[in-house]
Amino acid sequence: MTDSRPIDSVVLVKQVPDTHHITGDAMTRDGTMNRSALPAIFNPEDLNALEMAVQIRERHGGTVSVITMGPPKAANILRESLWRGADRVVLLTDRRFAGADTLATSVVLQKAVEKIGRYDLILAGRQAIDGDTAQVGPQTAEKLGIPQITYAESILEIAGGRITARRALDSGSEIVRCQMPCLLTVVGSANMPRPPSVRRQIAGKLAATPGEYAAIRKQWPEFETDGALEEHLTAHDLRIPVWTADDIGVTADSIGLAGSPTQVHKVNFVILESTESKTIQPTPEAIAAMVAELVHEYIVG
Amino acid sequence: MSENFFLDNPDLQLRLEHLDLQEVVDLKERGYSESGIYPTAPRNYADAVDSYRIVLDVLGAVCAERVAPRAAEADEEGAHYESGSVTYAAATRDAIEALRRAELFGAMLSREYGGLNLPESIYQMMVEIVARAESGLMTVYGLQEIASSIEEHGDPETKARVLPRFSRGEVSGAMVLTEADAGSDLGAVATRATLDEATGQWHLNGVKRFITNGVADVSLVLARSEEGSTDARGLSLFVVERDDTVKIRRIENKLGIHASPTCEIQYCDTPAILLGKRRFGLMRYAMNLMNGARLAVAAQALGIAEAAYREADQYSRERVQFGKPIRALPAVGRLLLSMKVELEATRALLAEAGRWVDLWKVCETALGEGGTEADPALRARHKQAQALAETLTPMVKYAATEMGNRVCYQAMQVHGGVGYMRDFNIERLFRDVRVTNIYEGTSQLQVVAAIGKLLNRSLDPLLADWQAAACPADMATERALLCELTGLYDQAVAALKAQPERDRVDYYAVDLVEIAVWIVSGWLVLRDTNLAEHKKPVARAYVASVAPKVRAAAEVVLANNPVPLEAILILLA
Repeated sequence: MTDSRPIDSVVLVKQVPDTHHITGDAMTRDGTMNRSALPAIFNPEDLNALEMAVQIRERHGGTVSVITMGPPKAANILRESLWRGADRVVLLTDRRFAGADTLATSVVLQKAVEKIGRYDLILAGRQAIDGDTAQVGPQTAEKLGIPQITYAESILEIAGGRITARRALDSGSEIVRCQMPCLLTVVGSANMPRPPSVRRQIAGKLAATPGEYAAIRKQWPEFETDGALEEHLTAHDLRIPVWTADDIGVTADSIGLAGSPTQVHKVNFVILESTESKTIQPTPEAIAAMVAELVHEYIVG
Repeated sequence: MSENFFLDNPDLQLRLEHLDLQEVVDLKERGYSESGIYPTAPRNYADAVDSYRIVLDVLGAVCAERVAPRAAEADEEGAHYESGSVTYAAATRDAIEALRRAELFGAMLSREYGGLNLPESIYQMMVEIVARAESGLMTVYGLQEIASSIEEHGDPETKARVLPRFSRGEVSGAMVLTEADAGSDLGAVATRATLDEATGQWHLNGVKRFITNGVADVSLVLARSEEGSTDARGLSLFVVERDDTVKIRRIENKLGIHASPTCEIQYCDTPAILLGKRRFGLMRYAMNLMNGARLAVAAQALGIAEAAYREADQYSRERVQFGKPIRALPAVGRLLLSMKVELEATRALLAEAGRWVDLWKVCETALGEGGTEADPALRARHKQAQALAETLTPMVKYAATEMGNRVCYQAMQVHGGVGYMRDFNIERLFRDVRVTNIYEGTSQLQVVAAIGKLLNRSLDPLLADWQAAACPADMATERALLCELTGLYDQAVAALKAQPERDRVDYYAVDLVEIAVWIVSGWLVLRDTNLAEHKKPVARAYVASVAPKVRAAAEVVLANNPVPLEAILILLA
C-alpha cells in the first residue's frame, strides 16, 4: 500500500570540478587545483538523488526543491535541476560561506532547509567527487535532528509516514525502515538520471539569479532594463532566489572558514609522470614477467 | 567532458549557425505570437534558433551517452517476433525511454498538440544524430512525418486523440503502403477499404508487406476505397489505431537495421478512419508523406556515413603499418579525404533541400489561411519553393544514400581485414546503410522523380543566383570552374529535352541527375567558403573531384548513344 499523501523533497546538490576527467594541467605546481582546467559539473551522485526525488514525485505527487551552497556560478546546476524536473531551486551564496568544511556547510544547509519549512525527505548524493568525504549529508541530518539512511539504492515503499529503503553496502544490501522526515544519501547505482527535458530547458533557459541579469541582457537585448527582465522572469516563474547568511539567520562564527574546525595540516603533492611506455613481447615468459611485476607493484592482485 | 553527437560535430553546428531560415520561422511562429501562450514558444528568431540548439544539444547527449554505446547490442539482439507479437531489443526500448524522458518526441507537431513546432530542417539534423548513434532506432524515432500528416489532413477529433500521444512519445507511427505486388508501383495496391454506409465506418482487409516499424500503434494505411478502380486514383489513406484485428504475421530477417522490425501485416475487418479526402490517398497524401520520409532517409544515410567516417578516421590513427599510422599513406588519405568532403557537401545539399521544403510548407499553410485573398508575392514564393523542394528532395535522397553506401564501403577499406569482422562497428554500418538507397523509393525511382523537374529547368533560378553571388577572392578558380560545369549541365538538359524517344531519356536520366547533384553541391560548398575559412579546402577538393566527372557525364548525355538500349534488346532478351 502506498501513501496517498504527497511527498515534499529537498535535494542537496553541489557543483564540483570534473575530477573524473583530469587532464595534465589539472594541478598547479604548488599543489592547488587549477580550477580553470577542470570544467564545473553537477556532482554525479547528486544527480542520482535528484532523479530519486523526481521519481518519488511521479509516484506520490508533492514537490522537489533543490538547494546548493556555492559561488554565484553554481546557479548553473540549479538551472540544470529545473531542466531535469525540479519544481523550485534556491542558491545559497555569500562571501562569508567561503572556505567551509563539511561542518560549516551542514550548518548552512540545515538553516536553509529550515527556512524552506515543510519537507518529508531530504536527499543528497552519497558524496562529492571533489572532497569524497560523504559527511555533509549525515551532518545535515544530525543538525536537523532527523534520522538518516545512508547509501540508499532504492525506495521500496513510502507508507504511513514511513519510508522503506534498500542500502547498498560493501558486503551486500540492507533493508531499513524509517520515520519521515528523514535524510537519504543516494548511491550512483540507484538509478540512471534522466536527461534534461528539452521542453523544460527551452521554457526555462532564462532561469537566473539577479546577479546574472547583465549577462542575459547581453545575449537577449530585447530586455532593455533589469526591471523588464525581472518582470518576464517573475511572470514565468524563472527567478532563482538567492539566500545569504542573513536570509537564513546563521551567525558569522558558525559558517565559512570561521566555522570550520578542519585544518589542513599538510598537502602532499605527487606528480605522476609517465614518460615512457614498455613493449611486452607476446611470449609466455614476457607476459609472466609483466604479471609478476604488476603484482609486485600492487597494481593487480 | 561528456560525449555529445551535436557538440562534437562542428559541421552540424555550422549548419545550425547559418541556418538561413528566418523567413520560414517568422511564418511558422506566426510572428512569434505564441510566446505569451506556450512557455516553449520563442519570442523572436534568435530565441527560436537558440531553442533549436537546445534540442540538438540534448539529443546529441542522449544519443552519444545512451544510444550509441548499445548499438551493437541492439543489432545483435534485434527486434523479435513470437506468436503474433513483436518486441524491440532491450537496447531499443531503453533508447526510446531515454528519448521520451528527454521529451524529444513530437518534433514537428504544433504546440497545440504538445509538439515542438520544429522546422523540417532541424528535424533532419535530429534524424542524422539518431542515425549516427543507431540507424535502426531512426525508423522508430524518425518517422514523425506520420504524425505531421495527420495534423495536416486529419479531422479535429482524430487529431485531438492521437497527436498528443505522439508528442509524449507514447505511440510511434508507421507508413503502411507496400504490398507483395505493389512495391515501387504503389498504384497497384489491393488492400480493400469498405464503407459501411449505415454507420459511416470504414473497414480494411488485406495484407501489407515490408512495413518498417509495422508494430506502430498508429499507422497510415493506403487502401483501395473505390471498388472497381485499378489505379492510383482509387486509393485513399486511412488512420488505423492498432487493435486485435491487426495481425502481425511475421517480421523479416534482414541484412541490417536489425533493431527495426519490418512487418507483414494482415488487416481483418480493421476499423479505420479516412484521412482527408477519398481518392487523394496516393497522389497527394502518401506522396507528401514520402517526400518528408525521403529527406529523413537522406539524413539517416548521412548519419550512418558520419559514424563510418569517424570509425575509419580513428582506426587510421591507431593502425600502424610500414612504421607509421596508415592515414599517412596517400592511398588511405585519399579514401579519408573523399569521405570527409562528400559528407560535408551532402550535408550542405540536405540543408538546402530542407530549407525549400520548409519554405514550401509554411507558404502552403499561409496560403490556406489567407484564402483567395492571398498576397500574389506569397503565391509566387510558394510556387518557387514547391518546385525546388520537389526537385531537391529526390536529388538529395539519391545523393545522400549513394554517398552513404560509398562512404561505408571506403571506411571498411580503411579498416582492411578487421573491418570485415563483426567485432568492428564498420561491419554493422556497412550492412545498415545498404537499405537507405532502397527503401522510401530506390535510387532509380528518385531519378524518375527528379528528371522531369530538371528538364523543366526548375534549378535554373538557383543556379543563376549562385553564379551571380560573391565568393572569396582566393576561390575564383573554383568559381570559374563551376560556371563552366554549369554551362555543361545546361547543354545536357537541352540535349535530353530535345530527345524524342522516352526510353533514351530514361536511360540517361541518371547521368543528368548526377551532374545536377555535383554542380548544386559544388555551388553550395563554394558558398560555404563565405562562412568559414576551413570550408575552402573542402570546396577546392570537392570541385576538383567532381569537375572531370561532370565532363564525362555530360559527354554521355550529349552523345545520347543508342547502343546500350540496343544491346539490352539483344543481350538481355
